[in-house]
Amino acid sequence: MKNTISERVADFLKSFPPFNALDSKQLDILSMEVVILHKENNAIVFTEKEAPHEHFYVVNKGAIALTKKGSSQILDICDEGDVFGLRPLLAHESYKLEARAHEETILYAVPIKHFKPLALENKRVGNFLIESFASNTRNPYSIKHRGKLYGSGDTAEKLDPKILDLQPISYSTDLITCTEGTKIMNLATTMAKNNVSCILVIKDGLPVGIITDKDLRKKVATGECPITEPAKTIMSSPIITYPSELTLAQAQMAMMKSNISHLILTEDGTPDAPAVGLLSKHDVMVALGNNPAVLLRAIKRAMDAKVLRKIRHGIMNLLQGYLDQNIPIGLVSKIISELNDASTKRVIELSLQKMPSEPPVPFTWLTLGSQGRGEQLLNTDQDNAILFADVPADELEQTRYYFLKLASLISTDLNTIGFEYCPAEMMASNPAWCHSLWEWKEVTGRWINNPGPDEILLSSIFFDYNITYGDRTLADELSDSIFDHARMFPQFLTHLAGGALQNPSPSGFFRDFLVEQDGEHKDFFDLKLRALMPIIDAARVLILSHSIKSINNTAERYEKLAELEPNNKELFQACSYASKALLKFRTKQGLLHNDSGRYIELQRLNKEEKIKLKRTFKTIKEIQSLIEIRFQVKNLIR
Amino acid sequence: MWLFGKKKQLELPDFWWDYEAHFQQKLPEDIKENVFVALDTETTGFSLTKDRMLCIGALKLMDNSIAVKDIFEVYIEQEHYNAESAPIHGILKRSRRNKVIELDALKQFLVYAKNYILVGHHVKFDVNMINAALQRNGLPKLKNETLDTELLYKRTLLVSSVVERKERFTLDDLAEKFSISKKDRHTALGDAYITAIALLRILERLKPKNIKDLIKRQGPLKFGL
Repeated sequence: MKNTISERVADFLKSFPPFNALDSKQLDILSMEVVILHKENNAIVFTEKEAPHEHFYVVNKGAIALTKKGSSQILDICDEGDVFGLRPLLAHESYKLEARAHEETILYAVPIKHFKPLALENKRVGNFLIESFASNTRNPYSIKHRGKLYGSGDTAEKLDPKILDLQPISYSTDLITCTEGTKIMNLATTMAKNNVSCILVIKDGLPVGIITDKDLRKKVATGECPITEPAKTIMSSPIITYPSELTLAQAQMAMMKSNISHLILTEDGTPDAPAVGLLSKHDVMVALGNNPAVLLRAIKRAMDAKVLRKIRHGIMNLLQGYLDQNIPIGLVSKIISELNDASTKRVIELSLQKMPSEPPVPFTWLTLGSQGRGEQLLNTDQDNAILFADVPADELEQTRYYFLKLASLISTDLNTIGFEYCPAEMMASNPAWCHSLWEWKEVTGRWINNPGPDEILLSSIFFDYNITYGDRTLADELSDSIFDHARMFPQFLTHLAGGALQNPSPSGFFRDFLVEQDGEHKDFFDLKLRALMPIIDAARVLILSHSIKSINNTAERYEKLAELEPNNKELFQACSYASKALLKFRTKQGLLHNDSGRYIELQRLNKEEKIKLKRTFKTIKEIQSLIEIRFQVKNLIR
Repeated sequence: MWLFGKKKQLELPDFWWDYEAHFQQKLPEDIKENVFVALDTETTGFSLTKDRMLCIGALKLMDNSIAVKDIFEVYIEQEHYNAESAPIHGILKRSRRNKVIELDALKQFLVYAKNYILVGHHVKFDVNMINAALQRNGLPKLKNETLDTELLYKRTLLVSSVVERKERFTLDDLAEKFSISKKDRHTALGDAYITAIALLRILERLKPKNIKDLIKRQGPLKFGL
């Protein structure tokens, strides 16, 4: 018995354990009983101490965050194909953690009633359940809870971060090897090709030596040993081996003890058994997951968007950690933007590989809006554009076609990573945002010459562009053209300033917060529209009026302005501070509620936070009046 | 004349009266309490008079969940056959699937759909197709409320005069935007599934207040100033 939907469910489940151990008939029967659930962002699947449901869950799309109730620290993220909420059902106890949708999620709910007989019947399923209790380190960024099916220990004990060290560590099983006779130049090529820092020397199937980057540097690059020599001459031998069931702490200790950066893991831990894996210092760092440099390297090595998506969960953990430790937001936003940028860049590289041919002409990938300003700490929409070099008119559409195709690949992958599609389609995959240099000059020129409200809005999004990938000269040329136009039409700045003043005021007559009057966010404070936008818009118009390019970050813009106009130094510095404070505010709120942080529930702020917010309002009012006077906005017919 | 009308009405089979009886009940206001029937039909072509339904696929959606067991899928025995459309839906004239006659298919569908809201991508086409079949079998038209995922999807996009946007969105477009796997595309139930998931994701974005609000949102936007 099956139908099109149950086939679809079965087709998904069959590639993930434990379902891959079922035969197709069993799977068909089980799939018929599945209920497909949709969970909106932050919707709770089950909560701590709740009685076990009749189903356990498999993530089909999206992600589920497991947390301890009342704590914002995410203990684990369940991704596509991960099983959760099974252990309590088997153990007949209540849930120990809270599961909530980390983003919009589709779950397959599998009834335990129908699964249990299969698990008892099928040895491989049973073994999986036991094994996944014993070890599971697929997600290196979190304390493991997934798959602990028969676990009996107290969960609270496992939550202690110190115990994290005792987690088994994941290592690479994809060994790069050579023989003793391999020439140094050949083995170095292999290492370069595989992008690894060490190579294992194998003799008769057993590991006999190891060659690392350090060996190449010390013994070869110095000229001590020519590149035509065999591997044997420079390898480190004998080797130190360890068993594969190593915990994080053991691995660190081993590396420190022997002062080495790579551990060779063999079947039984002795050098007389075949090597099963290699553990590098890098793996240890990734497992710790709290180092931006390591994350950056992991990004650069990622081979597809799904891996990047996992890394991004790590980035979010990092961000949370930074905010908890009160690290200056300027620094934090730089690091996070750098990581975001690297992810985007990696996506572009991967998408380029997928294209049937090389790009016909040089191009630049521009990120716009908040990401362009380096102020995007949480995942929000993707706003981007492509700028490509001029081509003869008859080749224009063909060239655009290529870049549109590229852009849609990139945009899909960015979406996989967690950047939502822009609801206004301001994306390079839209023909209106994929232009040649000449066309962009035309378009921006038109915005500047006829500054209606729409053009001002578009300019304010576009003019914060940042080059993420590709040819810098193209973007520079466009910037120059924009400044030339702006000089020729000074009214544009007036209009832009007018736009900056149009945002509704943050506080009312009695200096109380103005909240939204209706709609979905009734009685919430719109932090983006009422506080962030005015200060960002003001910075943009001021910096454009000084023809300063390539400073996009709002706080940095104000710092530059303070330098350029010493008489207004104090105000600009206050603005710089306010923009940082607001950004931090938004990020904290966003992390707390797992959303964009745009809307703030005032009742949940404490007194200190409210005072802090209000202090920035004063600065906003001051900078707005400066703009109003300087650009004579009053003269505009509004 | 009225006598004739009444007489004809009286001839309607019992299953139709059962179906109609469901409409005495009002739809629940809360979206979560409503059952949505996502449906799709595979037909021999686009003509309401000439072409025939080959398959109806439907599934029920309630409070964000779909039970795999509780789906609807019937293949219909038809005399008319159009070889051109066969490559799209893959239903051959002499396929070995269990087929039923049109009247039985309609009867089963009415029993399944009750007074629930019908959801489809370009739902008017499917409803018209079913209505044409009902008419051929001497039955009145469907009485259900309908939701069109294309119209609703458009409401999730920002309204802006400055960005040019596509006017039409296919089910493929939606599947891509919402990253729904396009497996089983062009089977009635497969398309119904994509439509159902698309509806869920649209609801999350639109956040309608109640069922009336949701139905109203399909209409053109009115700007009140």
